[in-house]
Amino acid sequence: MQQPNKLSPFFENLNFEREDNTMVINFGPQHPSAHGQLRLVLELDGEQVVKAYPDIGYLHRGIEKMAENMTYNEFLPTTDRLDYIASTSNNYAYALAVEKLLGIEAPRRAQVIRTMLLELNRIISHLFFIATHALDVGAMSVFLYAFREREFAMDLMEDYCGARLTHSAVRIGGVPLDIPSDWMVNMRAFCDKIDHEVEHTYEALLTENRIWKMRLENVGVLSPEDALSWGCTGPMLRGSGIAYDIRKEEPYELYPELDFDIPVSKTNCSYGRYRLYMEEMRQSTRILRQLITKYDGTDPQLMAHAPQYISAPKEEIMTQNYALMQHFVLVTQGMRPPKGEVYVPTESPKGELGFYIKSEGEPYAYRLKCRAPSFYHTGLLQEILVGTYIADVVTIIGTTNIVFGEVDR
Amino acid sequence: MRKYTPKDNVQAKSYYTDRYYVAPRVPTQDVQADEIFAQQLETLKVKVEVKSAYIQLGQMIVEINSKDNYTALEILKNECDYAMCTELSAVDYLAKDGNFEVFYQMLNLKERKRMRLVCRVQPKEALESTVPLFKSANFAEREMFDMFGIVSNNHPFMKRILMPDDWEGHPLLKTYPLIGDEFASWYEVDKIFGKDAREAIGPENRDQAKIERYDTKRFSRVGHEVPFGADISEGEPETPIEYSETLLVNYNKGTKQLDRRK
Repeated sequence: MQQPNKLSPFFENLNFEREDNTMVINFGPQHPSAHGQLRLVLELDGEQVVKAYPDIGYLHRGIEKMAENMTYNEFLPTTDRLDYIASTSNNYAYALAVEKLLGIEAPRRAQVIRTMLLELNRIISHLFFIATHALDVGAMSVFLYAFREREFAMDLMEDYCGARLTHSAVRIGGVPLDIPSDWMVNMRAFCDKIDHEVEHTYEALLTENRIWKMRLENVGVLSPEDALSWGCTGPMLRGSGIAYDIRKEEPYELYPELDFDIPVSKTNCSYGRYRLYMEEMRQSTRILRQLITKYDGTDPQLMAHAPQYISAPKEEIMTQNYALMQHFVLVTQGMRPPKGEVYVPTESPKGELGFYIKSEGEPYAYRLKCRAPSFYHTGLLQEILVGTYIADVVTIIGTTNIVFGEVDR
Repeated sequence: MRKYTPKDNVQAKSYYTDRYYVAPRVPTQDVQADEIFAQQLETLKVKVEVKSAYIQLGQMIVEINSKDNYTALEILKNECDYAMCTELSAVDYLAKDGNFEVFYQMLNLKERKRMRLVCRVQPKEALESTVPLFKSANFAEREMFDMFGIVSNNHPFMKRILMPDDWEGHPLLKTYPLIGDEFASWYEVDKIFGKDAREAIGPENRDQAKIERYDTKRFSRVGHEVPFGADISEGEPETPIEYSETLLVNYNKGTKQLDRRK
């Protein structure tokens, strides 16, 4: 048994203890398959997991506390750091919650751009999922191919907003920038590329792969009742046969106008979830193609007109005195939303990402709670891992697709 | 007289608010405006005392007594089809009302309805755990305890979740400063080197905006850097600074020509 000393007060390193023929093994927090800072204490009977205890908090930065000490616009770049794989979906979920509170709506062109960015981020996140999941299970080449395509997607994000990971590409009330000139052409090429790669690379490598099937089929079985009870959302919920996608059921942005399907898997296992992710990428490219045609002919306005809350466009600020004054007040003091509370759910790539905001009419949120899907999926680990074998642990962690930026917040 | 700073809420406040400013309110609707919500409220009223109920931004908000939380959630789950408790947390109203507001964000997948069950909890009061109904409450109630100190009775594992187990204080309270309190500034020093080392090391600097005069590592005083390892016990030595010429061409010589168009 390891003796705690002043420099390592906890049992942070690999640690074996024997009690009644079970072995306690410490997985993480610095484990390549832990998808970040997950420490998992596993009690093993032979190779079977008897008890699993996920220990989180290694990436806790107090983002909810920071939200109470920042004005609404100041906080927006902080939301990038929640789910840092697909940061625009966080920006968007936050911006949408504040917009609901203010009672404003983004102009049409901003909506088109936002929906495009959301779907592009979904593809980025799903590519990351398949890359890391396959790597955990042992398929190294899928990782390389998926990251190759993810680079193209991140290049598109870079062309749009200049950042690759922490985008802040959405503002409260709209988007900051219009689409650059060649972007749509590149986007169309990217959609073709993704469709081709999903079918001819990832699925060709994995779907009928004997090892992949043996490692994933009937591993991490989650019944629909458990999925609901544990608060699973997104692919975890749809992987258990419950067709609930917030984009379809409680539509926001341009989703009611778009034609797309919600894939559902009834196998309840990791393999079904993998198929689901692949299909969702196809649906995302389908949405992106429709959005490219919707962009043409929209009004060039990018930010909503709400002078009390949102600064006027730059030209107006530079030419009109009153717009300049309002801009000054909004920058130095921040906007003051009306008193009230709002909870807005959105379908992020990982599941239901929602922001609960309690406003007391101050420029600072009185309370902001980020409902992160990964947090609840991590909680699920303590039940779903019990009874599985130690080799399946990484498969199950991979299939939940947790990101520790939003687990610990 | 010294300016009074409130101790019960140390979070950021607006430095200027108009004397006559009255914050508008988000419009609310009566529950009768929505048929399904009205029906669900009637079901709830049979067994639970409802203090207030209204619809705000498309979601029903029902306030109940804190002792009824389990009964109310049981009714919502079994009779009103709210199959999922998507979120559960608290809001600190200690400074204003002397209590916490705990909310349960519920989702009805069949009717696609969301509602929020709200109750007020006194500081030392414990809530009944809802883990037997919704397993998602397992982590959420632990987080609520960690962040606010609200204990849930009969929870299978009521321990801190995000903060270390031996942490003192609950970070999301309004009395807890953003940069952490006294305990936080000594936590790592005590943990790694022991309390004896406090004098030699000093408290952890948790204020990002703090500018230290003799900072030799973070270069917070640009242009007045002290070389690393310099003896500053007798005061700061005058160190001539040499910048590379490519970086600051003509910058210190008074012949500024920033805009080439002129």
